[in-house]
Amino acid sequence: MSKQHPRTDGEIAKKADATGLESVLPAAFVTWFADRGWSPRSHQLALLDLARARRSALLIAPTGAGKTLAGFLPSLVALSEAPKRKVGLHTLYISPLKALAVDVKRNLETPIAEMGLDVRVETRTGDTPQNRRLRQRRDPPDILMTTPEQLALLLSYSDAGTFFGSLECVVLDELHALANSKRGDLLSLGLARLAVLAPAMRRVGLSATVAEPDELRRYLMPQREGYEALADVVIAPPGAVPEIGILVPLEPDHDEGEVARIPWSGHSARHAMPAVYASILKHKTTLVFVNTRSQAEFVFQELWRLNEDSLPIALHHGSLSAEQRRKVEAAMSAGTLRAVVCTSTLDLGIDWGEVDLVICVGAPKGASRLAQRIGRANHRLDEPSRALLVPANRFEVLECEAARAAATEGAQDGQVRRTGALDVLSQHVLGRACSEPILPDALYDEVRAAAPYRHLPRETFDRIVDFVSTGGYALKSYDRYARLRPMSAMTGDMRLRPASPRVIQQYRMNVGTIVEAAMVKVRMVKAGRRPRASFGGRLLGEIEEYFIDQLTPGDTFLFAGHLLRFESLVETEAYCSRAESGDPMIPSYYGGKFPLSTYLAERVRKMLADNRLWALLPDQVSAWLQMQERRSVLPRAGELLVETFPRGDKFYLVCYPFEGRLAHQTLGMLLTRRLDRAGVRPMGFIASEYALAIWCLRDIGLMAERREIYLSDLFGEDMLGDDLDAWLAESSLLKRTFRDCAIISGLIERRFPGQEKTGRQVTFSSDLIYNVLREHEPDHILLQATMADAATGLLDVARLGDMLKRVKHRITLKRLDRVSPLAVPVLLDIGKEAVGGDTNEFLLSEAADSLIKEATQLV
Amino acid sequence: MFESGIQPREDRLATSPQLRVAGAMLTVLPEGAVWWERERMLIVADLHFEKGSAFAARGVALPPYDTRATLARLQALVSRWKPQRLVALGDSFHDRAAETRMDEVDAVTLETMTQAIDWTWITGNHDPAPPRRFGGSVHAELRVGPLTLRHEPRAAPATGELAGHLHPVAAVRVRGRRLRRRCVVSDGTRAILPAFGAYAGGLNVLDEAYANLLPSGGFHAWMMGAHTVVPVAARRLEGD
Repeated sequence: MSKQHPRTDGEIAKKADATGLESVLPAAFVTWFADRGWSPRSHQLALLDLARARRSALLIAPTGAGKTLAGFLPSLVALSEAPKRKVGLHTLYISPLKALAVDVKRNLETPIAEMGLDVRVETRTGDTPQNRRLRQRRDPPDILMTTPEQLALLLSYSDAGTFFGSLECVVLDELHALANSKRGDLLSLGLARLAVLAPAMRRVGLSATVAEPDELRRYLMPQREGYEALADVVIAPPGAVPEIGILVPLEPDHDEGEVARIPWSGHSARHAMPAVYASILKHKTTLVFVNTRSQAEFVFQELWRLNEDSLPIALHHGSLSAEQRRKVEAAMSAGTLRAVVCTSTLDLGIDWGEVDLVICVGAPKGASRLAQRIGRANHRLDEPSRALLVPANRFEVLECEAARAAATEGAQDGQVRRTGALDVLSQHVLGRACSEPILPDALYDEVRAAAPYRHLPRETFDRIVDFVSTGGYALKSYDRYARLRPMSAMTGDMRLRPASPRVIQQYRMNVGTIVEAAMVKVRMVKAGRRPRASFGGRLLGEIEEYFIDQLTPGDTFLFAGHLLRFESLVETEAYCSRAESGDPMIPSYYGGKFPLSTYLAERVRKMLADNRLWALLPDQVSAWLQMQERRSVLPRAGELLVETFPRGDKFYLVCYPFEGRLAHQTLGMLLTRRLDRAGVRPMGFIASEYALAIWCLRDIGLMAERREIYLSDLFGEDMLGDDLDAWLAESSLLKRTFRDCAIISGLIERRFPGQEKTGRQVTFSSDLIYNVLREHEPDHILLQATMADAATGLLDVARLGDMLKRVKHRITLKRLDRVSPLAVPVLLDIGKEAVGGDTNEFLLSEAADSLIKEATQLV
Repeated sequence: MFESGIQPREDRLATSPQLRVAGAMLTVLPEGAVWWERERMLIVADLHFEKGSAFAARGVALPPYDTRATLARLQALVSRWKPQRLVALGDSFHDRAAETRMDEVDAVTLETMTQAIDWTWITGNHDPAPPRRFGGSVHAELRVGPLTLRHEPRAAPATGELAGHLHPVAAVRVRGRRLRRRCVVSDGTRAILPAFGAYAGGLNVLDEAYANLLPSGGFHAWMMGAHTVVPVAARRLEGD
């Protein structure tokens, strides 16, 4: 299929008007719509039309536009028209969330029942009992709702050909959220397989508005060498422009009556909580989105502190126990809640009709994310959804303004184009061998039909097959332990099959691309008592191991809506008691997973550079920027401002790239290495979404003025070469990435509950493997995959590179005698970040300093 | 702050903190081994040769370079310290079939090493009978002066015992940062050496497994830095 122009809905709608609905829809459907006083929307009819022409389509539509019905309508019509069809799966629906699959099934069953259609719909998720799964494979429903992981599993069975042979249509829901991720890669490979098993299959993608629809159109279609296939696209009319307010609470002031108050730094937005509570009071149901789990805990706690009306306000985030989350979701569906404080766990999912306000606390991070969240208020299409943005600090005011402008214009963030991940490909290759013997030549062609892998070189593919089989090492000592073997080398049948049933079992146990961080259970116990594994208190949920790692008994923190005191770690459970009221001692962990989007950053930089735009901002914020103008200078568009000043017994360098925390962190790591070499003696750094601060023992500004160092060299693009490599070699970030890649690729197995270390059991760690592999085979395919992953995800190397290129020869140095207004927020953030590498060694020796004497006295 | 590069042996002896066990003066090396100057003896524990291939045989194809990596580190120590005698405190081979899986290049390297110096294999639970190919003398335990060298530590008191088996690691928190390193753990009457093998994991010295061995609780963990060894008192340590 060649590139097509987006089809407008108008044509089909006109046709329906002219000839009557009867010409496009069976009578039962016409009656059903009429009985409800509805008429099918034009994009729903457009999809029907395309389906009849056996064409695949991407539907871009706002929330509330009947997207799901549009996706299924053609299948329902076809199933209703078919005269007693042969048995077999007709339509496969894939959703990123199992809860969504379950919900969509419920929504679909209503019209099926009301029209009296003979159509069977079932779900298949991780929760589906074994007996039903077996039955489903024997006797498939007409429509199956499932997830990418379950699709991979189904494809790994030897009967996959029969099971999917009758497939007419696959519907991919929330495609914008799925496509650009490792899960999306896995799904794309699954689609490529389905295209072989069911050549007649149509694909339907359902998506929110995206900046580059062509990426998704390509994703849907099987690709061929030198030939770009794009699915047709149907764009539904946009919904009403949302009404977005920015919440800046006013405080009484004896001079000026009332003034806006916005903190210098921090992410809690504590100052705005009374106003947030007041908004909840005024609305029926409010979703309060925050960026991190710790923020969710905090906001929840604060709202309950203010909750004199005892409003039912709930909490929802990924670490709460599944049961607790289900309860909240059920209460939400039943309409018994007034507000839910939630993280990105509710970015997608079930539509709750009652939500009439969305509040976003903290930085919106991206235009698309904000649009998605605002859309969670399931409004009527022609009514604007209402949202309130709550900036927690002054920089976030700028970001909120930029995001509001973007959302009003309907602008979206661009997406970083990804190439298919190699660890995911490894998993898929193993899965394919589990279903039937594979011929590498044929599999290579099949895999390249998946859009993310369309440029995969044959050599890389061969290395992956080798990796799956024997680990793919240069040292060929594992051939005898190969996981894949030729069917019969004797007869020349070189198709590869699993060497043993154990291999298949390993694959099925480890399928999927989501690697959870190592978690420990949080259990509530009585204070003071020495906890023992034998007396179990209430289980509150799970928390990342690395967070618990940094706690000492007695530390307090917020979790699951409680202020907890950490008592001790027993096996894999953190025992905690209820703490007295007060502030948590350990404030928060991790700023958030999502960096400021490039698009939004650009808008913020422009706003900062143009003082005519400051009139839009609250007085306190524009006054802050004016103060910066007087005391230092504001970064102009396209240039990088670097300020230096002494403070305490150290000298600071602060720069303002606005490239997001990840890129700044990478920049910080690399700059400190360079400064160390230049003899500036850096001691530590802190990165925020907007700025980077480094503190040193020597006066870096003076050194630059005396031309002992050159900022243009310091910020040279070449730091992304050797310095990056050298830093990565010792970076724990890369080790964590390696672990994920090793698990996804099937090199090592996941840790399952109950399989954790039992204290005495000494097992290998992925860090040790990483060290050995890096030293002995640094260009191993898995290390390549790790680097590629880290460069895009954790380090944002590409973005940093773009920035360095942009500011080349455009660095402004401002030497100050004290901290500038713009630098205050990042300095207030100074936490625990320290220079890597030798600093650990330094700290270690410090631990001993006072002890060496004691220790040597001992002998 | 830190000197990188290689210090001459004599300097290392002079600057490294000395660990005294039952009167014997030992030098703890940051590579995770112990040097006994009086005997010119190098002591290492838990080499676990061919642990990687043992996993490979069960379908987990770990990089096959662990033996090579372990040997390279051992070789570096031998050429720096020029020991008269090397004692491996057991579990030198991950299992009985380790030799059959070892790459010939690695096997020759090991063979050459064991022929060059007085080499002693202490038997361990993983290698009750070390492969004959690699020579060396084989002992369940070895007494030298005030010290007894064996694989698995015995319940206290065991004055003068040097053992391995437990793979000790210690964790300490400094300025909010947690550091976890391999260590030699000692209360002055005995010492337990860390695992030297590239794929050998670790068990925190605060684990119950150590409780009977160091009952007084007054021990130090000699933690491995990149270039130095740092003794840290038990009360400063953290569990896992």
